[in-house]
Amino acid sequence: MDIAVLVKQVPDTYGERRMDMSDWTLDRDASDAVIDEIDAKAVEVALQLTEKHGGEVTVVTMGPARATETLRKALSMGAHKAVHVLDDAIAGSCALQTSAVLAAALRQVGADLVVAGNEATDGRTGSVPAMIAERLGLPAVTSVRSLEVDGSTLTAERVVESGYSEVTSTLPALVSINEKIAEPRYPNFKGIMAAKSKPVTTLSAADLGLDPSTLGLAAASTQIVSGAPRPPKDAGTTVTDDGTGAQQLADFLAGEHLL
Amino acid sequence: MSEVLVLVDHVDGVIGKGTTELLAAAARLGSPAAVVVAQTGGAEALSGQLAAAGAATIYTAESDSGTSYLLTPEVAALAAAAAAASPRAILLPATFDGREIAGRLAVRLNAGVLADAVDIEDADGEVVATQSVFGGEYTAKYRVSTGIPIISVRGSAMTESAPAVDQPRIVALDAQVDPAVSPTVVSQHPDPIGDRPELKAATVVVSGGRGVGSAENFTLVEQLADELGGAVGASRAAVDSGYYPHQFQVGQTGTTVSPQLYVALGISGAIQHRAGMQTAKTIVAINKDPDAPIFEIADFGVVGDLFSVTPALEEAVRARKG
Repeated sequence: MDIAVLVKQVPDTYGERRMDMSDWTLDRDASDAVIDEIDAKAVEVALQLTEKHGGEVTVVTMGPARATETLRKALSMGAHKAVHVLDDAIAGSCALQTSAVLAAALRQVGADLVVAGNEATDGRTGSVPAMIAERLGLPAVTSVRSLEVDGSTLTAERVVESGYSEVTSTLPALVSINEKIAEPRYPNFKGIMAAKSKPVTTLSAADLGLDPSTLGLAAASTQIVSGAPRPPKDAGTTVTDDGTGAQQLADFLAGEHLL
Repeated sequence: MSEVLVLVDHVDGVIGKGTTELLAAAARLGSPAAVVVAQTGGAEALSGQLAAAGAATIYTAESDSGTSYLLTPEVAALAAAAAAASPRAILLPATFDGREIAGRLAVRLNAGVLADAVDIEDADGEVVATQSVFGGEYTAKYRVSTGIPIISVRGSAMTESAPAVDQPRIVALDAQVDPAVSPTVVSQHPDPIGDRPELKAATVVVSGGRGVGSAENFTLVEQLADELGGAVGASRAAVDSGYYPHQFQVGQTGTTVSPQLYVALGISGAIQHRAGMQTAKTIVAINKDPDAPIFEIADFGVVGDLFSVTPALEEAVRARKG
């Protein structure tokens, strides 16, 4: 079964993340850019499925030039091919626009299963996988912590706030995974070397049959009204416990009328 | 007055608390209109509660289908209601289900989505949603410029109630579901409901991290939570180590909480965790590592052994109350 995996390069969540206050877009230069952890897990899930059932894994990303690093990482893990949608017109796109671009790219890839992370750590709408499924006319199972394929049936455990359910779907389908599903393998030396010669196809909006004027910040479906950084917090008090730490903390809570 | 659609969450004939909150938020923008997906006859049972919560209109999509389709009935019902009502906005809970429904609906209606709003207002005739960016590092207000605003709302972020309605208008929808794009729910496994307050809405949260050391030791966290009347949370490290179940995870990839008081026990305070709790009004921490980043955001921190400080704190709190 051929699988397409959506991957995104995002600001490192372990580092400082900043908004560009002039146009309220993500300041992608402010911190290191890494593959979103959840997407490395999505690649792992896809690789495990193709190792079991045969087929190829194609990773797909939409991002600026340096997003190729994320594709190389996925190829080093064992993905077979990559597609990079690269076009300046796309910068600042909203979730709805992003889903149109990715859906167009996925139509060209043509896969039996699309695997995505449940939510990007920067945008955090958590709606792009469902938007893509709607555009492609696919059933979607989101927030999945386990996944099995048997012929043309997919069975998954879907986790929501109140518990989980067992869900089945026909293929082709789209799934989004949660972070508990798998640990991503580390690329080994052989994988890293092999990645260098794996095919990476670069596509522009026009290559996808999309009108660039419908993409990007100016045409986005959501617009910023105002924004501000969090007001700085006053420094707190830290004490070293000498046997009275607990009492001091209790006194503090009482003083704040929290008891 | 324009209608504002609210998707109703209901189990066993009872509407969810989130629905009451969404109807109240809807009342800020227009006339609240509840959208109910149910088995035949199920909507009638909810109409009294929905009217009491402020629904002036109730759209119903009922079916006898034995098959439980995953979320596509809700999308179809909202799309049909939107066609009937030309609403000013569509409100959904910011849950896993809500975000998926919002995504499909946004494409179907060619409408923009504002996710996880912590506030909604009518600003000079425009629907504006407030969002917390990067775990509270920034606050931003957004509007939708394409189609009907579809807004998923963070639970318990807004707490007023809408005025009750006497006789809501009830409208049956013709909402067709396409089985070809609908997964089937085979079985449901709800988590047991505990006695403690629900994490995401709690005014006090006591969380344990990797420093707690084991699942057995988490009773220490639970005891302090009970003494303070709070919910229990856990860091991702604690959950991944098997100390506590994942539904209690607080952080970037868990629940985001904004309580009056957050107590962090044995939690280092990595950015991933802070993104889920740093908007708490008061933060206190106990950790044996003086360089733990949690102390940078704590209003009061104790550098010490949580196994001795926590029980002593519980005792001191009990003494104060007594």
